[in-house]
Amino acid sequence: MACFLVPMGEAIVTTAVQKVVEKREKRIGEEKTGSAGLKWSQKLSWLNKLLWGGVILLALEHVWHGEVVPWPPFLTATENPANVAPMLHEIATFGVAMAVTVTAIWAIMVKVAERKARAIPEAKVEAVSRG
Amino acid sequence: MWLIMTALAAIITTAVWYVKAPDDKYKLGLLSLFFWGATLMWLVDHVMAYVSEGGEFFEINLDATLLGVAVIILALFVWEIVLLVSDPKRVLKRALKR
Repeated sequence: MACFLVPMGEAIVTTAVQKVVEKREKRIGEEKTGSAGLKWSQKLSWLNKLLWGGVILLALEHVWHGEVVPWPPFLTATENPANVAPMLHEIATFGVAMAVTVTAIWAIMVKVAERKARAIPEAKVEAVSRG
Repeated sequence: MWLIMTALAAIITTAVWYVKAPDDKYKLGLLSLFFWGATLMWLVDHVMAYVSEGGEFFEINLDATLLGVAVIILALFVWEIVLLVSDPKRVLKRALKR
């Protein structure tokens, strides 16, 4: 019904965090996170792309199925009070599960990338992370 | 059906991205992460709906197929907008300077 709102909320927060981290990294210079050589702004950009991609495409699916409309109140379930509770339940279960799964997959991705980056000499990591 | 089509698009774009890597001039990394994000979310949605409500895991009909096509078109459209705005080949900048 509106499960994509949870990942969307997370995407808004992580995008804001990425912008702040980017500014801080620019201010400090070529600061690296840990010994892996991957910047936090880069790691967060992967999460943001995963989340925003999912949110945009799921929003289309919801429009397609008539669950979201481009005029107020936007969510068709809110037009009938009887549908509000199931909608909130779906947001709390499906939406949270989606956000948690995407974040968990991203965390695994970051761990694997850090492990791989640690195995590469410093000069090579520099060249790849700029790409 | 849209889950299958999005997953297929994610696999193909990731393969193309890997062939071109580490060069990502055309932002194929962005496109593949877009598709993977949607694939993961729909996978969770399908599994949870199947466990809680039962029924068919995949919806295979014309409407679901058209939705899959529309999803891929929207993802490609967003990717092209990002590509044109960033203009990695400086094609637009050169055209506008004429």
